[in-house]
Amino acid sequence: MTIDDLTHATGEWLRGTGPLSDVVISSRVRLARNLADRPFLATASETDRTEIYRILVQEITSLPLAEDALLVDVEHADRVDRRMLVERHLISRQQAAAEGSRGVSISPDETRALMINEEDHLRVQGLRSGLQLEVLWEAVNEIDDALSERLAFAYDRQFGYLTACPTNVGTGIRVSVMLHLPALRMTKELERVERAARDMRLAVRGLYGEGTEAVGDLYQISNQTTLGRTEAEILKSFVEAIIPRIVEYERAARDALTKNGASLLDDKVWRAYGILCNARTISTEEVLALLSPIRMGIHLGRFDRFDLGLLNRLFLHVQPAHLQKIHGRALKDDERGRVRAEYLRTFLRTA
Amino acid sequence: MNHICQLCNQSKATVHITDTMPEHRERHLCETCAEKEGVIVKQHHHTTNEILQEFIKHKTGVGEADEHVCPRCGMTFREFRLKGLLGCPHDYEAFRRFLTPLIERAHEGAGHHVGKVPHNADAAVRRQTHLLKLRRELQETVEQEDYERAAALRDQIRKLESAESV
Repeated sequence: MTIDDLTHATGEWLRGTGPLSDVVISSRVRLARNLADRPFLATASETDRTEIYRILVQEITSLPLAEDALLVDVEHADRVDRRMLVERHLISRQQAAAEGSRGVSISPDETRALMINEEDHLRVQGLRSGLQLEVLWEAVNEIDDALSERLAFAYDRQFGYLTACPTNVGTGIRVSVMLHLPALRMTKELERVERAARDMRLAVRGLYGEGTEAVGDLYQISNQTTLGRTEAEILKSFVEAIIPRIVEYERAARDALTKNGASLLDDKVWRAYGILCNARTISTEEVLALLSPIRMGIHLGRFDRFDLGLLNRLFLHVQPAHLQKIHGRALKDDERGRVRAEYLRTFLRTA
Repeated sequence: MNHICQLCNQSKATVHITDTMPEHRERHLCETCAEKEGVIVKQHHHTTNEILQEFIKHKTGVGEADEHVCPRCGMTFREFRLKGLLGCPHDYEAFRRFLTPLIERAHEGAGHHVGKVPHNADAAVRRQTHLLKLRRELQETVEQEDYERAAALRDQIRKLESAESV
């Protein structure tokens, strides 16, 4: 497998399946770990950093489950390739932009990504479509167990797993669920989501994590605290409490829209399709905003020109790095909008 | 793109929305107005830095904490305070006194790990973490008035505690 093989596929997380997938796009579980006898990256010398990278790559690549994995040396990767990995949620924006030895090991179905030298020495990520947190936890926990057989991770009896930033200390677990909430935005009820999240000590963010705004009505809910609760308790707060509640709100809002404004809703869905088929220049943000009502339309059985699988491919392919990979060369900012619109027209004509 | 918020006409617009219904239009709003419009959900959580700054201002003699140095990586508490990131795992030991209240604040009052313990941690650490978890569960079950479960937990805790003292 090479990095180019990723371009045309969509990872498991965009398969559009899994429990509650009419509202829950994807689930992610991430564990932060650090080698006990090495400095954190803030004070690590270049030699330390390279050594940490070497040790972790060696142990990760010798894991039985890493057999078919793709190892990407992010430090020496092409800028567009790095950006593409961010768009696929396989590395963070911070890791893409950082300097020095760093990398990621990716399973062929993209459900596992082991990031080396991100903010911590190691971040083990599990990513799947729909609400599948328990399965993900089992998978990342297994990787953590296997690695702890060979490596000593920094651990303290009071603070648990030690991390570069004290906000991740303890379990080192970060659970995030990406939700598609177009109806709640249209009915101006997003505040209910925020309130529900706050009651459960959870954060609400836009599409690409910290500091990003919601594009295409996509919101990420994640835990804020990592200490003082077990991993199972943290998962439980999502699976049993918050997520079903928000899904219920969104479904109710969709019902209300269907009942009280079906023609308005259909107009929004089909108008969006019209623009995608006819635009001559278009930004990523606009495409994502237009795909949002269409996605809802598909789930409500009000749109049939293409299915969810195709929508998710578009969702990924219109983003800047993917667009450039597919186009075969780097594109200047002013070229991109035109190429993107062209790509959409061709794609939708043959769909 | 430098817009002023279309609603309040005062703040800088940082949220840009393209509507497609009822007609195609672009809107440029500041965060406060976008939130009021239900377009975005604003975070009400403190960033690490905010917590740090606030904590430092109120709770410690800044000077005293600031001068502490980790003997292993050479980082001072002051450097940590400015960066928000620690220098090495040993910092948690070196700065424990100053970090404890800060960590408790960042984790809604929790100061002890109760989750997974690594395979290679020694038995005492494993037992202690397990005990902490059981004690907390006991407290919760008592609050929920589930006395049957509480009794079972209490017995489990006693058993573990007596094993500890052997």
